[in-house]
Amino acid sequence: MTLTTPPADVRADTRPKPPGALPIGLARIGLELRLYLRDPGQVVFSFAYPVIMLLIFGSVFGGETTGPDVRFEDYFLAGIAATGIMLTSFQAVGIAIAEERERGDLARLQLLGAPPAAYVIGKAGQVVLTTAVQLALLLTVARLAYDVPLPADAGRWLTFGWVALLGVLAGTVLGIAVSPFVGSARAASAGITGFSVVLQFFSGVFFVFAELPPWMQQVAAVFPLKWLTQGMRSVLLPDQAAAGEVAGSWEHGRTALVLGAWVIIGVVVCVRTFRWRRGEG
Amino acid sequence: MTTTGTSPHGLRADGPAVRVRGLVKRYGDRAVVDGLDLDVHPGEVFALLGPNGAGKTTTVEILEGLRRRDGGEVRVLGVDPAAGDRTWRARIGVVGQATGDGNALTVRETLDHFAVYHSRSAGADELIAAVGLTEAAGTRAARLSGGQRRRLEVALSMQGRPELLFLDEPTTGLDPVARRQFWAVLQRLREGGTTILLTTHYLDEAAHLADRVGVIDAGRLADVAPPEQMGGELRRRATVRWREGSGVRSVVTTEPDVVLRDLLTTGPRVALPDLTVTRPTLEEVYLQLVGAAPAEPAPEGVLR
Repeated sequence: MTLTTPPADVRADTRPKPPGALPIGLARIGLELRLYLRDPGQVVFSFAYPVIMLLIFGSVFGGETTGPDVRFEDYFLAGIAATGIMLTSFQAVGIAIAEERERGDLARLQLLGAPPAAYVIGKAGQVVLTTAVQLALLLTVARLAYDVPLPADAGRWLTFGWVALLGVLAGTVLGIAVSPFVGSARAASAGITGFSVVLQFFSGVFFVFAELPPWMQQVAAVFPLKWLTQGMRSVLLPDQAAAGEVAGSWEHGRTALVLGAWVIIGVVVCVRTFRWRRGEG
Repeated sequence: MTTTGTSPHGLRADGPAVRVRGLVKRYGDRAVVDGLDLDVHPGEVFALLGPNGAGKTTTVEILEGLRRRDGGEVRVLGVDPAAGDRTWRARIGVVGQATGDGNALTVRETLDHFAVYHSRSAGADELIAAVGLTEAAGTRAARLSGGQRRRLEVALSMQGRPELLFLDEPTTGLDPVARRQFWAVLQRLREGGTTILLTTHYLDEAAHLADRVGVIDAGRLADVAPPEQMGGELRRRATVRWREGSGVRSVVTTEPDVVLRDLLTTGPRVALPDLTVTRPTLEEVYLQLVGAAPAEPAPEGVLR
């Protein structure tokens, strides 16, 4: 079998333009999902970890309350849901890119002249879908095992939707944004995971946020996870629980502002610093 | 085709596939590529041969548009690679050193996926057969042998039907059987009319595959010739040796027949014990060209 090069008369002049970012991006969503599902470590970690955390917190603190009649398991469910979003977006993307770079997958995309936007579409699509499955699993377990009340009205589901989506987008672009700075896959895994765990402690995932030292609250308020967690509480806790927040309200406007700002910061950093490989080009 | 018209991309139909004049690339104060000139003609297989650190990979990466140059003029398919757009990139194929490890996709899945990136993809079956991976089509890339993975890389690089294919040290690290299989794949590509520029530090590979070989040393081309003519004058120099008394005498000459006639007809000698006439092997010529004479072993550990 012989592969032939096109004859001269169908070369440069008549060669059709290569496909755009959208068709390649859509194909990449399928590819990313397939690679994700073939990585058992990834799947178990991102799907089972939040559920296991919920079971642990539920067993240890089950029945206790915080603030005005808020059950601990309800309070932590919000934090775990937010953590889960960070896990499937920021953490998974940051680590995966370091691996793809080491494996030469990114070098291949560069050699093919693939539009970076197609790569981002693939990542974002995969993250949105895996996060949706993860949240559905987590909320189902919370409902069945701990009788956690799920949002009852459309307004709350709407809030849940935009908070989760902004969180996913911020996490994805920030995961891509940090990828040039994290070094090898091994270093990325340790660094990104370590950073995420510290951020979880600061952001009211493991503790009641209002009870943290003020300096910790102020540091956490700079990062998206605190706002994501607070947004989840606004959906999963009863209205009167807002009084237990530091500001005394859910601060939806500020939540949207901070998460939106991080999406924009992430995009700007990606555009300025993202490289298919280390060094030049 | 005898027209010499210029296409929208500036490629004259009869122009060289690759044209390089005075290429310079520095890392700090060190010039890795130092005034390199190179022409690769359409349809030929050109091998850049040289030791590690000679500037092969740097040169090829500049031609592929992956690295910036510090000086000189470069045209690849008539386009300056530093300004090459996707349409230009679609016309070249690259098997690089960096795209080595496989992931969890099978050979066929990989080719099916990357078909989407090209305006006119070669068929997956055709590609798989051309690189001899039919039996491994359902195997995940991460589980392929080194040679199979390299051949998958070739299939991917040929998927967009490129006019020019770059291969950077494609058989480094392969065992002898895998190398032969890889050579067979390249020979099929060449029969299909693809222009190929490959780098190698294996002399036998360059001699086996290439129409012309460029020996690169210290960032310059030391010699360019078909493999059988490589070395020119060096190659024609023969050494006539014989024993005389307790020592060995030798004469280096481009006309050994004249030397022999003189030896046999003049003087009182009747016998010339251990008389030999040797021509330098390709390897000896190569070692002389890259400044590592055969008497002294090639320096070890010359790494970039």
